[in-house]
Amino acid sequence: MAQANLPEPEQLALRILRGERAAVAGGLNLLDNKLPEARNRSARLLAALSGERALNDGHLVGVTGPPGAGKSSLVSAMIREWRLAGRTVGVLAVDPSSRPELGGGALLGDRIRIKNSSHDDGLFIRSLANRNQLGGVATEVWPMSWLMLACFDIVVIETVGVGQTEIDIAEIGDTVCYVAQPASGDTIQYLKSGIIEIPDIFVVNKSDIGAAARKTASELGRSAPRPDRRDDWDYPVCLVSATMNTGIRQLNEHFDRHRKYLVGADLLGTLRARHQSGWVVRLLKEEFGTFGLELIGGCAAVGERLGENQHRQFEEYERMRKHILSRFMSASQPSSLTKGAS
Amino acid sequence: MDSVQTKRDRPWLMRTYSGHSSARASNALYRTNLAKGQTGLSVAFDLPTQTGYDADSPLARGEVGKVGVPISHIEDMDQLFDQIPLDQMNTAMTINATAPWLLSLYIGLAQRRGIDPKKLSGTTQNDIIKEYLSRGTYIYPPGPSMRLIADTINYTVKHVPKWNPTNICSYHLQEAGATPVQELAYALCTATAVLDRVQASGEIRPEEFSQVVERISFFVNAGIRFVEECCKLRAFGEMWDELTLTRYKVADPKLRRFRYGVQVNSLGLTEPQPENNVQRIVLEMLAVALSKGARARAIQLPAWNEAMGLPRPWDQQWALRMQQVLAFETDLLEYEDILDGSPVIAAKVRQLVEGARREIENVEAQGGIIAAIESGYVKRELVASHMQRLRAIESGELKIIGVNCFQETAESPLTLGSDGGIMKTDPAAEREQIERLQAHRKKRSEADVQAALQGLSDAARSGDNIMPSSIRCALAGVSTGEWGDSLRAVFGEFRPPTGIDIAIDSRAVLGKKDQVTDLRARVASTGAALGRPLKLLVGKPGLDGHSNGAEQIAVKARDVGFEVVYDGIRLTPQQIAQAAEEEGVHMVGLSILSGSHMELVESVLQELRSRDLASVPVIAGGIIPQEDATKLAALGVSAVYTPKDFNLNTIMADMVDVIRHANGLERLGQLP
Ligand code: B12
Ligand SMILES: Nc1nc2c(ncn2[C@@H]2O[C@H](COP(=O)(O)OP(=O)(O)O)[C@@H](O)[C@H]2O)c(=O)[nH]1
Ligand SMILES: [Mg+2]
Repeated sequence: MAQANLPEPEQLALRILRGERAAVAGGLNLLDNKLPEARNRSARLLAALSGERALNDGHLVGVTGPPGAGKSSLVSAMIREWRLAGRTVGVLAVDPSSRPELGGGALLGDRIRIKNSSHDDGLFIRSLANRNQLGGVATEVWPMSWLMLACFDIVVIETVGVGQTEIDIAEIGDTVCYVAQPASGDTIQYLKSGIIEIPDIFVVNKSDIGAAARKTASELGRSAPRPDRRDDWDYPVCLVSATMNTGIRQLNEHFDRHRKYLVGADLLGTLRARHQSGWVVRLLKEEFGTFGLELIGGCAAVGERLGENQHRQFEEYERMRKHILSRFMSASQPSSLTKGAS
Repeated sequence: MDSVQTKRDRPWLMRTYSGHSSARASNALYRTNLAKGQTGLSVAFDLPTQTGYDADSPLARGEVGKVGVPISHIEDMDQLFDQIPLDQMNTAMTINATAPWLLSLYIGLAQRRGIDPKKLSGTTQNDIIKEYLSRGTYIYPPGPSMRLIADTINYTVKHVPKWNPTNICSYHLQEAGATPVQELAYALCTATAVLDRVQASGEIRPEEFSQVVERISFFVNAGIRFVEECCKLRAFGEMWDELTLTRYKVADPKLRRFRYGVQVNSLGLTEPQPENNVQRIVLEMLAVALSKGARARAIQLPAWNEAMGLPRPWDQQWALRMQQVLAFETDLLEYEDILDGSPVIAAKVRQLVEGARREIENVEAQGGIIAAIESGYVKRELVASHMQRLRAIESGELKIIGVNCFQETAESPLTLGSDGGIMKTDPAAEREQIERLQAHRKKRSEADVQAALQGLSDAARSGDNIMPSSIRCALAGVSTGEWGDSLRAVFGEFRPPTGIDIAIDSRAVLGKKDQVTDLRARVASTGAALGRPLKLLVGKPGLDGHSNGAEQIAVKARDVGFEVVYDGIRLTPQQIAQAAEEEGVHMVGLSILSGSHMELVESVLQELRSRDLASVPVIAGGIIPQEDATKLAALGVSAVYTPKDFNLNTIMADMVDVIRHANGLERLGQLP
């Protein structure tokens, strides 16, 4: 049954590297699959895909902001420019799931906003439900974006973030862009919370509606800098209109400029490595709690082990996971015995 | 008997909504209908014509001449009205995004026949707001679309004064699930948006604005709760009178009259025991005829076989005869308003007016109807109302005879004929229309066509009224697709929000509670067995705009735990297959009500196979005759659902089993 259909990871990786759409789709399905055998193959797939590229190539762009701010419309406009310039784009669009007690289903409606009507082989969109994980970002984003990075020039991750926590924005990309809704309560809230300093680029969308958008943009420009601000990056604020297609090319130039800045300052590789260990820590914590994490020596040990094995992070993660699992199993043996007796 | 002397009111205009296959076939139908006593025409266009594509456009494949008549250029229009005197006919055209174009063809034809356009009377539906919300034949974004409406109003008020340039529609809102209050509120908001836009155009002198207000007519629905519906129409009258007086300062009460035409409710007409639809239609007609003060100006009725497929001439004749019996045999038209003075009626009217006022204020607070469409608010309200309706049917709270109660029936002789009791359109129609169009293109002067199209683009860009250049295009032999594309190039295209992103209402029971709990467990355990949550693509291929079924299936699937991808209407088979691939879904569910299911399902299957997705099960739903369902099964479709499958829980359980079967898991069978 289902397992028999799982693809051979190494072969699949070759096809993905050649940019075959069916293979990309199949790879994403595999990474989504939580059956034990699929997990093993996922680790092999990512190992076969990575190498230098995962650390130094491509551009992972995170786009976040409140619902309705126009993220999907904006991503669509950005893609139009990128495609005109001949760059290929992969998109992961994350939408919220309903609560588990309400069935945990999800409506994934971003595709059509993002996609222009014409057929385009250089664009690939996968929608994802966040499955109530990690403050809005699906855990699948990490392996999936890694896969996409292997075959697209630019990978965009759209997530809903209201700006209440740092996780939902900080670690989703090399360059993180926050899209603000003009004159919305959310934005004001966001300004006050200070998290405003995390995104590398701010966008105020819907400039076509006029004064409200300009006002929000100027408020953002004036907000106070945070201590961990990077002095050599200018944190631009862009006023754009996704629907009127104004300001988009300039915005895309900021993305390129930010990537160049990261490479120039020798930050790209370390940033990706740091983000990845951040993901691993959170994944393990979510599955096993702090106690589980301690069983392999805590956050610091995770960072160290990943650092030693930069190209095979997912495999390393699977190893740590299995390790914790086996410790849990042996720890729970006696209790299952008592269970059997009752 | 003294009834012989009694003065009777003149009956309303009697029409049947019709058109199919070709201009020639439709013309023959119109002439027989008129001979049977029909007093006006109501033209149904095919979907390519409604969405501005030529018959030979790839997007028109399978749709030409299916649900209406294809009109590609002025020669088709000429043939459609062959031997029908335009200056004596009252012609209603259900046309919206391309309304300025079809009106231009009509005016152009009149000019060619030497008829003064001032003598033309009739209606272009021309209400784009409800297209975004329900009907689905939109093309351009709201801004340019509203401008096109304003242009036709400004033009006809001056040059075709007997024409109703726009028919504000609440009909289609009810067909998408709207309650009477929602119908009142959104239709009146739409009317204000249109009038405000005309006012803002500055083309009409203030002292002449009353005439514009007077030309606004409405197209309304009447459902089976006929007492409430009758009150709704009285409420419409009151509210319109007040609105036109206070907002537009129309002093003459005659110019403030709420003028409306009706098609009675079709959403409630059933596939099982279809003969019962006759009672429903007659009762619904009472709602719009009973009260003289709120009586319809024009009525068209659906046929008994509405939920099965297109009506045949005999079915339409039966519907026409219902009107004639009410108008000519009963004594209804001998009386003044028989409901005036009833405190019960007055109280109900007040309740509706108050509810509608609140919702209008709500929409105004959001920046008006257009903002509330762009944000998805109104569409979500409609989807939610429709969901409530389906839940009530499922729970039995809302009784539908023959569907969720009194299902026992003898075999109906009506459906036994070799045609299955429905109209089959001419399968050669598409090819013939394409040949006609291609021959027409060869005959016309290319220079004239190019000059006319240039004039059209210039007007679109400069903001000049679109009508004069469109009439020039009509006379030059421009085609429907050329007109549509020229404006697409200037205005762009638009897709409104799907409205399915409504919250799960955790208080209300989703169908039968225990069944929903059970379903959620089935979805979750099947997902777990397959390694990831079940993911479903709901697809609407082709030009079909019937979104109700797809929306409700999508929302319900989400409610029981599916991850659902639904991208709205009017997608190509290629787009759907590509989405299935990129999204990695476990199943593709297609919804097709336009009658083009054979062509469309086959191309989706082909596109899936070419992407190596032959193992992804495909199911289909909509208006699909049994004969075709069998053929679809032979092509590899796993299941077919039609309106008789009203129980969404049952459908969901079945869907889970289709996925299980396709993946080698054991079926779980029916819900307890
Ligand atoms: C409501 C309605 C409309 C509404 C649609 C509103 C909307 N946004 O959906 C309005 C008024 C806009 C409309 C317009 C038109 N309509 Co209409 N409409 C109907 C009507 C009355 C009901 C359809 C409906 O919504 N039912 C309720 C939903 C919930 O049921 P359903 O879609 O059948 O879905 C159920 C099952 O079929 C199944 N199902 C359906 N899809 C799927 C998908 C999956 C995955 C699954 C699992 C199940 C499933 O499950 C659902 C639950 O029971 C039917 C006749 C009828 N009584 O069925 C005509 C009908 C479909 N319309 C028809 C026509 C011709 C038109 C027009 C094209 C006319 C014209 N020439 O302009 C227009 C244009 C529409 C367009 N753009 O395509 C014809 C189609 C003829 C044919 N197939 O041969 C019909 C059959 C009427 C008739 N007899 O003439 N219409
Ligand atoms: N006026 C205006 N509306 C926009 C713009 N961008 C998006 N919108 C609208 O905002 C709404 C939400 O857009 P969407 O891209 O789905 O937002 P998301 O939820 O952030 O992904 C839609 O109705 C869009 O049409 C813009 O630049 N100007
Ligand atoms: Mg979005």
